[in-house]
Amino acid sequence: MYRTVASLGLVFVSLAVCGADWLQFRGNNGASVSLDEAPPDSWDGDKNIAWRADVPGKSASSPIVVKGRVILTSSSGVNQDRLYVLAYDVETGKRIWSRQFWATGRTLTHPFSAVAAPTPASDGQRIFAFYSSNDLICLDLDGNLLWYRGLAFDFPKAGNDIGMSSSPVVADETVMVQIESQGESFAMGVDVATGETRWRVDRARNPNWASPVVMPGKRGGKTSVILQSKTGLVGHDIRTGEQLWKFELPCETTPSLAVSDDRIFVPANGLTALDLPAGATTPALAWNSSQLNPSPASPIVADDRVYAVNGAGVLSCADLKDGKRLWQVRIGGRHWSTPVLAGNRIFCVNADGKAKVVQLGESGKIVGTNDFGETVLGSPAVSNGALYVRSNQYLWKIAEK
Amino acid sequence: MTRSTIVFLFLLVTLAVSMRATAAKAAEPADLAPQLRKLRAVGLQGHGHRDAIQAWKQLSQADVNQLPAILGGMKGAGKLADNWFRAVVETVAQRQIDGGGKLPIPALEKFLADTTQSPRARRLAYELVAQVDKTAEQRLIAPLIDDPSLELRRNAIELALKAADARLKAGEKEQVTQDYRRVLHASRDLDQIKEAAEKLRELDQQVDLPRHMGFVLRWKLIGPFDNSSGKGFDKVYPPENGVDLAATYEGKVGQVRWQDYATEGDFGIVDLNEGYKRPKKKKDSGYELTDEHKGTVAYAYAEFDSAESRSADFRIGCINANKLWLNGTLLTANQVYHSGMEVDQYVMQAKLKKGRNTILVKVAQNEQEQSWAQRWQFQLRICDELGTALLSQDRVALRRSNAP
Repeated sequence: MYRTVASLGLVFVSLAVCGADWLQFRGNNGASVSLDEAPPDSWDGDKNIAWRADVPGKSASSPIVVKGRVILTSSSGVNQDRLYVLAYDVETGKRIWSRQFWATGRTLTHPFSAVAAPTPASDGQRIFAFYSSNDLICLDLDGNLLWYRGLAFDFPKAGNDIGMSSSPVVADETVMVQIESQGESFAMGVDVATGETRWRVDRARNPNWASPVVMPGKRGGKTSVILQSKTGLVGHDIRTGEQLWKFELPCETTPSLAVSDDRIFVPANGLTALDLPAGATTPALAWNSSQLNPSPASPIVADDRVYAVNGAGVLSCADLKDGKRLWQVRIGGRHWSTPVLAGNRIFCVNADGKAKVVQLGESGKIVGTNDFGETVLGSPAVSNGALYVRSNQYLWKIAEK
Repeated sequence: MTRSTIVFLFLLVTLAVSMRATAAKAAEPADLAPQLRKLRAVGLQGHGHRDAIQAWKQLSQADVNQLPAILGGMKGAGKLADNWFRAVVETVAQRQIDGGGKLPIPALEKFLADTTQSPRARRLAYELVAQVDKTAEQRLIAPLIDDPSLELRRNAIELALKAADARLKAGEKEQVTQDYRRVLHASRDLDQIKEAAEKLRELDQQVDLPRHMGFVLRWKLIGPFDNSSGKGFDKVYPPENGVDLAATYEGKVGQVRWQDYATEGDFGIVDLNEGYKRPKKKKDSGYELTDEHKGTVAYAYAEFDSAESRSADFRIGCINANKLWLNGTLLTANQVYHSGMEVDQYVMQAKLKKGRNTILVKVAQNEQEQSWAQRWQFQLRICDELGTALLSQDRVALRRSNAP
């Protein structure tokens, strides 16, 4: 546990935020883990549903939680060209503010997905909302626009008509996006204060939906961002874009990697673990397991365990040291939403909105079965013992009242 | 008059003048022009951001009565700047509403009625009105069925379709036919076009959707040329050096020559698998494709007789890698395979010259084996920026139908 806590602590310090915030896709550490107490195992009707709020449009993005606000993105309209950033009060579920924009890039997506597919990110002071149309919007926490980039003007060929979903990350005063498609591919770091480009690197022109992950620097080292694609991993200094290392590996292009301490867990050949201790110039293979096959959801890493939901709806738990599978439990359904871990529970929500709560231990035991009653594509957020879930029409807060 | 009285009167007059000046200044809207210009100046790569960020902060403190002036600043602004403006307008309006104040509804409605203003600004003005006035849609939208704002027009068409549906339900068949024709004529969004056309067809009316949308239906095709390993996409085959409809070339599997092709589908889809040699249908689904259909390049050629020199949108949908030339000038190149195909997938602005214009499309198929990767097709329409069809003067109606 201490390793994970130490790793999370570094991220928290670098982001300078409240411990209870959930600032980006799969949480502050990008490993889908909350240090807060676990939300309740079951909810229904009035039981443990603190509030439910209407949301406009559609999305495949996840909520984030920043200083008492739940932030969502959404998109609507016949061409999905109306973009939303929405803020709700965590206590009451009341919408605090809403901002709409006109998409400036491509808005074609698979009907199942949405232009609002990437999850927004925050540095605790600003919100960075990103969309499949390559619109990158920066607002303060009160909804005031700080700047707006339409990356489709700069890179008109970047995008595909299935929809893009890679979520931004932010660290070292830099928000970073990874945009990879057949037409044009690049990764870019943008100054959080001005919206100006700090750096840009070309990437291979292949479709890719995976998100970048920040690896905090250690012992004065540089904060890096790891980019995953079907040919391998590359580490860049997030502030300058300098390439720090490269590792060839046939990675998946939908689930994203996770980082815990010095170890990187990559959806590749099942699941592959790489070690990158401070000072190392390139990662080294630790283990590979074909029994763990996160798809399309991403792996979850906590304590000395790694968890993965496969395409058949089976949750597997493995030892962090060697990848040996310890147990598995069928939770059922297709999981576009990456489960979240809080306390000794994992909360899994499938695309049909069916939620299973699994108690962790020597085996996985389902201790809660719940139903949101409609499609859920985005991953939940966890903050102060509450679970926040965006379903098709609603934002839910699951918490003991 | 004592000295002290003179001093007192002087001070009194000075104070009165000063107060009047202050009152006049307060009544005048601050000069927003410099800030509006800075928002309009935002450009690529974050250009102009630093000035625009400062200008945005100042504008966001504007009085609510200045909203029409801020909306007016959107005239001539680009799509990127529109969003900076939108955020100012929403912020000012929201602050007013949250503070219990009122929006300047008459001024916003006046702005909406002014079709010389930016279509998006007018739409935003309407949204502000509708936010606080539930009668706004019924009062303001219905007359906007031909509006230059496609968003406003869409709402008007929704209302018109509902009204026509009600008439149809009431049995007013003859009148409702005209209603649906009017709706179709005004419709620019694909879903509304389809809905109006379907209703007309249910009423036994003929509808020429390719004509309504401006799809090019008659083509000359040549191919296949080689695209093994995707190398044909950038290779210049003879048609790219000039189209000679009488010529014969060495293709991928022998001599190739230009062939006539006409499509009669509603959305002008040119199926290149059918265009050459109809492949044998498999028992289950799909085609038994040969070397003639995989790893190949085909060209499609058409001419467009324009009544005038004018700007035009060229809107292509294509499931394969493609290039498009107008009068020998490359308009677009998209090296993307099997990533979806939609009407208006790629939109290019270009200039038609008066008289004969030449259009050349290159469509490259790759060698993927999956069943969903066997499509080799495209569609092209020519229209104005609103999506209104532009038709070649020599267009021949392939279908016996009444144009909407």
